[in-house]
Amino acid sequence: MSDATQTDERIKDISRLRKTLIRPELGGIVGTIAVFTFFLLFAFDSGMFNAQGVMNWTVVSAQFVIIAVGACLLMISGEFDLSVGSMIGFAGMMIAIFGVTLDWPMWSAILITFAICIAFGALNGYIVVRTGLPSFIVTLATLFILRGFTIFIPQTLERKTIIGGIREAAEGDWLAPVFGSKIFGGLFQWLGDMGVIGTFTRGNRTGEPVVDGIPMLIIWALLLVAFGHILLTRTRFGNWIFASGGDADAARNSGVPVNKVKILMFMFTAFCATVFATCQVMEFGSAGADRGLLKEFEAIIAVVIGGALLTGGYGSVIGAALGALIFGVVQQGLFFAGVESSLFRVFLGVILLFAVILNTYIRRIITGER
Amino acid sequence: MSEPIIRMKDIEKHFGSVIALAGVSVDVFAGECHCLLGDNGAGKSTFIKTMSGVHKPTKGEIIFEGKPLDFADPRDAIAAGIATVHQHLAMIPLMSVSRNFFMGNEPIKKVAGLRFFDHDYANRVTMEEMKKMGINLRGPDQAVGTLSGGERQTVAIARAVHFGAKVLILDEPTSALGVRQTSNVLATVDKVRKAGIGVVFITHNVRHAMAVGDRFTVLNRGQTLGTATRGEITPEELQDMMAGGQELATLEGSLGGTV
Repeated sequence: MSDATQTDERIKDISRLRKTLIRPELGGIVGTIAVFTFFLLFAFDSGMFNAQGVMNWTVVSAQFVIIAVGACLLMISGEFDLSVGSMIGFAGMMIAIFGVTLDWPMWSAILITFAICIAFGALNGYIVVRTGLPSFIVTLATLFILRGFTIFIPQTLERKTIIGGIREAAEGDWLAPVFGSKIFGGLFQWLGDMGVIGTFTRGNRTGEPVVDGIPMLIIWALLLVAFGHILLTRTRFGNWIFASGGDADAARNSGVPVNKVKILMFMFTAFCATVFATCQVMEFGSAGADRGLLKEFEAIIAVVIGGALLTGGYGSVIGAALGALIFGVVQQGLFFAGVESSLFRVFLGVILLFAVILNTYIRRIITGER
Repeated sequence: MSEPIIRMKDIEKHFGSVIALAGVSVDVFAGECHCLLGDNGAGKSTFIKTMSGVHKPTKGEIIFEGKPLDFADPRDAIAAGIATVHQHLAMIPLMSVSRNFFMGNEPIKKVAGLRFFDHDYANRVTMEEMKKMGINLRGPDQAVGTLSGGERQTVAIARAVHFGAKVLILDEPTSALGVRQTSNVLATVDKVRKAGIGVVFITHNVRHAMAVGDRFTVLNRGQTLGTATRGEITPEELQDMMAGGQELATLEGSLGGTV
């Protein structure tokens, strides 16, 4: 007996190093450290790491995080959604149409938009599980359909493709601040007064801190990461998400309701896209027909950098969030560092390639394939 | 002997104009290993799919624990205690052993009214069950992909037993395995049988069948060619029955009895 335990422990000791290495988040952690090291070395004086700069790339990262969480859970369950970007444009436009053009109360415009978009997500999922077609094709169709409506509807109703006046329409609304307001304003004012963060020294905002609160967008991002991570790793449903993406037939044989899981994940992805869109229109005060362009790919890239397998069944929400953070930091960091912004795309392509290669290697270790 | 756990009487199954099963009768007692032999196309798969609720028999009766049964779908069969371990579709390689073990039957623990996956319980039970079956895991979070084919079959069998299977259907569990892994799986089958579970072991390998089987039923062209008890029949006779008795005898001669 004692022999057996000793053997057991020896094996465990060896595996501990490998175990830390084969976490899905590995790529994301390494990338995050690398990116921050790089910018701390080369862009420290550029203002990227003062309060305003930090808020700048945090907001951009949080935007990526929100859509990456949905895309991550969906990808682990074995499917893709290419219609995320169109869904963002569509959702923003729906809020503008209902809230401004039709002059509904803003809360009802937001709620009906969520209902419509989640219904589209459900439709995506239903078509995928019913027809057995690749979600790539089905959601590519939705991508064009939604984008088409996003341009057609405001053109027909308002003869323009950008609808403004959302901030005014949301004035005094109870639901709009959940997406569009900033919190902890008092704390930042205090920090400004204490001299921890900078304050405006000229103009009509003299004395106010340069960062006047945490946008709700960031709160949403944190909440979605926490929710997604707990759902995936700590619940029965999370096990079903892994199982559905790992091998749908084996999962079905064990009594996992695979179709239900996949449809719900499509709906969750649509929900995340709508959260993104709502925060965006509340911030900008307008909805544009071209909003969210290419967001679906950015979400998928963030998820893949975060260690999820494109084929499903493996991945991590924390990893996806780190992928989104890398994304935001690099995109804004290159701007701060004064690098030509088109190089951002080069960076994207390169890091995507590295992430996929690393993931393939990790999967080989996990499954013991040689 | 007492009543069999499951009795399949004169099962017929037609797919359109094709008669896949033309009156097959098999019964399985608790604690026995009943081998179902047959060459490809003999109707083995159709038969076990009928038994596990995937197909409804066109004609015939299924009597489970003394009562006639009518399964609407495989979940009914699983709930009643008929578990099937498929050759390939059993485990998910990327998931940990413990996540696989409890897939579809996840233990729940409540924290502040919310329902969470009870990982501690799942890990503990998985380790215990694996130890019983003689598999030494590095840890419950080891991915199934790192296990050998035989170990995967064993995990699947242990899972079925843990969740209360009374009849365990093994669909060609050894057909893709090496020698050592095969003997491990056969040893597992023996353990399960001794625990009082009725095992239906489907194979076309006579030697594997002879190693663990108590009774042998040979299927050929959708019909039963009879059931024999261990000791009543030689491997050669079984082999002949499976092949329909003809060409193989001569072929076997030229191959020196290695088939």
